[in-house]
Amino acid sequence: MAANKGPRNATPIKANRQKPERVRRVAGAHSARTSLQDRFRSWRQHHQDSFKDALQRLNAARTSSAMTILVIAIALALPAGLAVLLDNARAITRGWDGNAHLSVFMEMNISEQRQRDLARDWQGLDNISRTEVITREQALAEFKALSGFGDVLEALPDNPLPPLIVVYPDETDPVTLRALENRLAEADGVDLVQLDVEWVRRLHALIELGERLISALTLALAAAVVLVVVNTIRLAIESRREEIVVVKIVGGTDGFVRRPFLYSGFCFGFAGGATAVILVQVALWWLGGPIDELLALYNSEESLTSMAASSLIILPAFSGILGLLGAWLAVGRHLGDIEPNF
Amino acid sequence: MIQFDRVSKRYPNGKDALSKVSFTLPAGQLTFLTGHSGAGKSTLLKLIMMLERPTQGQVLIDNQNLNGFGNRQIPLLRRKIGMVHQNHQLLFDRTVFDNVALPLIIAGYARSDIGKRVRAALDKVGLLDKEKLNPIMLSGGEQQRVGIARAVVNKPPLLLADEPTGNLDPALSEEIMDLFKDFARVGVAVLIATHDLSLIARYNHRLLTLREGRLIHDGDEGGHHGS
Repeated sequence: MAANKGPRNATPIKANRQKPERVRRVAGAHSARTSLQDRFRSWRQHHQDSFKDALQRLNAARTSSAMTILVIAIALALPAGLAVLLDNARAITRGWDGNAHLSVFMEMNISEQRQRDLARDWQGLDNISRTEVITREQALAEFKALSGFGDVLEALPDNPLPPLIVVYPDETDPVTLRALENRLAEADGVDLVQLDVEWVRRLHALIELGERLISALTLALAAAVVLVVVNTIRLAIESRREEIVVVKIVGGTDGFVRRPFLYSGFCFGFAGGATAVILVQVALWWLGGPIDELLALYNSEESLTSMAASSLIILPAFSGILGLLGAWLAVGRHLGDIEPNF
Repeated sequence: MIQFDRVSKRYPNGKDALSKVSFTLPAGQLTFLTGHSGAGKSTLLKLIMMLERPTQGQVLIDNQNLNGFGNRQIPLLRRKIGMVHQNHQLLFDRTVFDNVALPLIIAGYARSDIGKRVRAALDKVGLLDKEKLNPIMLSGGEQQRVGIARAVVNKPPLLLADEPTGNLDPALSEEIMDLFKDFARVGVAVLIATHDLSLIARYNHRLLTLREGRLIHDGDEGGHHGS
């Protein structure tokens, strides 16, 4: 007996000697006074627990969670997908600005030699990087080849096409181009100057408009995401009313009560955003073939580019923040309504 | 432990729930609070829990005036108070262990510490072997004991009970009362709100009687009809 008692007693005494402070601290924790380190540890622990709890609840109500997540995903996939398409349009047309040129149509009776001299002279002028001469015969040959009206032209008594000098400017800003256009129009032997960038500019204006529309759409649908989460969390709060009451009675802070719901909101948002990424990728894959074909028909070497790698993270994160915001609003609005009573 | 100093409570609808109530509960004393429905028992408990604030007068808990407490300090106050409810207020989506552990988790105890304390509390109420069960599988008396274990698990200096024996037969009520007496013996101030006069009659403890918001009796059970 005595031999047994010795070592048994020795263990706690030894333990006490090793960590006397800790033992005292725990013993003094009666009145809810815990050390800062303990509090931080438990705070972190509760964050982990809340996050785990949020995931478990998401999983427990799989069907309704999936519905909520899909609604969020569709709401976000729409502007995200359009933004990707618009990015592509912008990338493709960026090159077209560089092709801006002025077509200078000469008077019919000008000689080919005169045409070449003028072209050479203009090459030395400001703001012109190079010129290209297209004689009446070249124009006719090109027109025949591309238009398919070759036979009609054959029937005409003579070549109706004027001599042409194509002028490539080294600047593409509208003011410079306009000045150049005016200067060339006044030159000797020039019939008409046509600036071939108007349609590019119109396209850019359309893209600009598209951007604005997508911004507005994003704003509206982001608000929709927030509202969806507000509603989901409101229901979650309602279904956990008893738990909230008990937590408040045993001294849970508002933060403690709020935390699981904030995590839920974030999880809904994040999962919705991640699903949106998948939806966009699938849609792009689906559209990729026809779009590439379309681009090839416009002599573009571009092909459809997918979402930027950063978007794969940014979209779910952004959506997670929206979810957090929605949960915050729901919690702020409804948690105060639940007070213990007896 | 608890001090009421001419406390009055008037609800927004104009009803006077308490009028100039004064009393002091020292640590280590078990006290009954009785009175008809609507006499102000619940209001008195709510003022202690800071679910309501007094219209006049002051409530002191542990020598701290609650009038000076902001809303953010309320949770810290409640951690000093163990509360036992008539309907137990247990959560049926988790085990007995997790129910009892809740106050410790909230107060931020270390994980390793929580297990020891929860088992000590369950051992105290005789339910150590039921920790893994869902409380819904327990009898009414057992559920009430789980509620008590939860109320005392963080060793609060003050224990409030609202009709703790309301749904229990006399034998079970006696078990519960024995637990409360044990807690009082180790220095906890215990306040039991009940209108179970037979329960009060069986024990010779201090009795506070409310009628229409006034404290009409404060003394031991024998003097109940006197004042």
